[in-house]
Amino acid sequence: MTSMIKDPIREGLAAGWKVVDAAALDRDLDIEADVAIVGSGAGGGVTAEILAQAGLKVAIIEEGPLASSTDFRMREREAYPQLYQESAGQQTLDKSVTILQGRCVGGGTTVNWTSSFRTPGRTLAHWRDSHGLESMDEAELAPWFRRMEERLAIAPWPVAPNANNDLLRRGCEKLGIATGAIQRNVKGCWNLGYCGMGCPTNAKQSMLVTTIPAALERGATLVHRARVRRLVISRDRVIGCEANGIVGNGAAPSVHRVRVRARHFVLAAGAIGSPGVLLRSAAPDPAATLGKRTFLHPTLVSAGVMPQRVDGFFGAPQSIYSDHFLDAQPLDGPAGYKLESAPTHPILVGITLPGFGEEHARWMAKFPNIQVAIALLRDGFHPESGGGRVVLRSDGSAVLDYAMSPYLWEGARRAFLTMAEIQFAAGAQTVMPMHENARGANSWRAARTEIEGLPMRALATRVVSAHVMGGCAMGREAGSSVVDESGRHHQLANLSVHDASIFPTSVAANPQLSIYAVSARLATGLARSLRPA
Amino acid sequence: MPTRRQFIKVGLAGAALFAAARYLDQPSAARTGDYRVLDEDAAKIMRALIPVVLAGSLSADETERARTVVDVLAAFDRAVSGLAPAVQEELGQLFSFLHFAPSRLAFAGLWAPVDETPREELKAFLTRWRHSRFDLQRQSYEALTQLVQASWYDNPASWKAIGYPGPPAVTEKP
Repeated sequence: MTSMIKDPIREGLAAGWKVVDAAALDRDLDIEADVAIVGSGAGGGVTAEILAQAGLKVAIIEEGPLASSTDFRMREREAYPQLYQESAGQQTLDKSVTILQGRCVGGGTTVNWTSSFRTPGRTLAHWRDSHGLESMDEAELAPWFRRMEERLAIAPWPVAPNANNDLLRRGCEKLGIATGAIQRNVKGCWNLGYCGMGCPTNAKQSMLVTTIPAALERGATLVHRARVRRLVISRDRVIGCEANGIVGNGAAPSVHRVRVRARHFVLAAGAIGSPGVLLRSAAPDPAATLGKRTFLHPTLVSAGVMPQRVDGFFGAPQSIYSDHFLDAQPLDGPAGYKLESAPTHPILVGITLPGFGEEHARWMAKFPNIQVAIALLRDGFHPESGGGRVVLRSDGSAVLDYAMSPYLWEGARRAFLTMAEIQFAAGAQTVMPMHENARGANSWRAARTEIEGLPMRALATRVVSAHVMGGCAMGREAGSSVVDESGRHHQLANLSVHDASIFPTSVAANPQLSIYAVSARLATGLARSLRPA
Repeated sequence: MPTRRQFIKVGLAGAALFAAARYLDQPSAARTGDYRVLDEDAAKIMRALIPVVLAGSLSADETERARTVVDVLAAFDRAVSGLAPAVQEELGQLFSFLHFAPSRLAFAGLWAPVDETPREELKAFLTRWRHSRFDLQRQSYEALTQLVQASWYDNPASWKAIGYPGPPAVTEKP
């Protein structure tokens, strides 16, 4: 069926790209490169292209599989096990936050909803004023944003929002809340609505179809289904990296080992993976900052049942947003939140609606009429929002220990109130906050009473996240951060970190463009310093 | 109201009993060839719980319902196999806990084996865990219900009742 669509990955493989499936190895594998990059998402992909263009020999090690448009059949049951960490069932240590995180070539960019925002100016100012990051200046970063926007076709999207997003816009408009249109990284988008399951038409300009192929064209090596166990450290240098092939759905390692030797190493394994690798490698951490201050944009979800069909599974998943409740709050005031919509797909909605049995079935029967609003809390800016901590389990796997503080719970309650009011203004007959104790309400007044009475606590309030940030914070002082302003590890001279883990707080916007631009700047500096003699 | 200290103590005791049940429980059935990760004891528990979690969604036709439970159980097994090994181990502990009579009685309040307990009592048990004061019980409730719900709604047989048409055909550029 999809045979009419060109699959650039299958074509590249046929043309002889250097790609190794580590799960299929019948012996150990040794690789030598100028630079080894761990991870192929937003940070790793951009870094790979820039270093390969500079003439450096690049090896990319990716934990997930190399899947491409031919494999993307828009079915949750196939996409989640194939493309996400823990089949999209990854959770924080106490199971109270479900974390959607990509695990495939292209990482999160292969499965994200294409929302592209520059890092908010207020966030950058806070990073400068409170974390001493002089280089993360708006003017300094502007050319890097422009460069990546051009590279990934990030632009205003000319198509009308789907009903799910338009209802958010209309509800906000009725209440005088400003909204904006979301820029997207797409070329010739078919408006299908299945971005989260891998783009079947290659319209999404993810790393999978842009920077990774460009690096492979320039002779880079890609090893996929290989999980990095540790970096081998000798004094102040990384001398190698050891990985195992992972088989099947990725839960268990295979027997064969991949070893990479390189002049320089770049960690781009995401904000759980990168601290995890460093913790397993017993990397120096004199200030005990590694893995700490990890942020999630903890996200609350509200379902508005409309009199008409919404069909939120159809059309670009996110095209409208509101920053009103971020802009209205000072950074040291009550928690702010960004408002967006989320698509409806049967599993996603099925596991998010509370309850079970007849009660759950009654909500599911309203599936086509559900409008989904989400509120992403801005974490990491306030002293009472210090984030979580990446820790290792006894088997060495990394997991995030994240507790919602009373400060964030207060924001969560306000976010539920805001979303309910907007959904009623947009015409909802019923609004259901995603919370195990909620029963839903048929008027704004009744919803306000219900939400004010809900206990805000873990494992009752549904909290989800698709953005993990921090844990390898960038900073000038080795005493309070993990990497310096060039992205280099403070203690390990030939190690850099290029991913969302270097952000000292959350971004307060969907992070992909922030990661692209910052990684492009860091990788360009790295290429200059490593230029082949 | 219990104090926070008591609360933590009970929580820890619960966790310790959880692990002990895994150790003490005598598996009555070995892992069969039918599943990737579940053993027969766990499968029996889930065959009893699936119709409770999916009440209101399953067909009234007995044969069709039985077939759906088989499909959902297979999908549940696949879903568990995709979780981190440490999380799979925790679920294994939960099943031992629900199989081992002393822990089943103490923490789930179920006298009889899960597969011999009437559906109304299983519904009451899940509801107790849903609103429990203890994280461990709410975690277990969420794991059991959400994995079953994910296993059902990935099945095209569930889509008609919720008005989901399925993914579009991608055949040619519009």
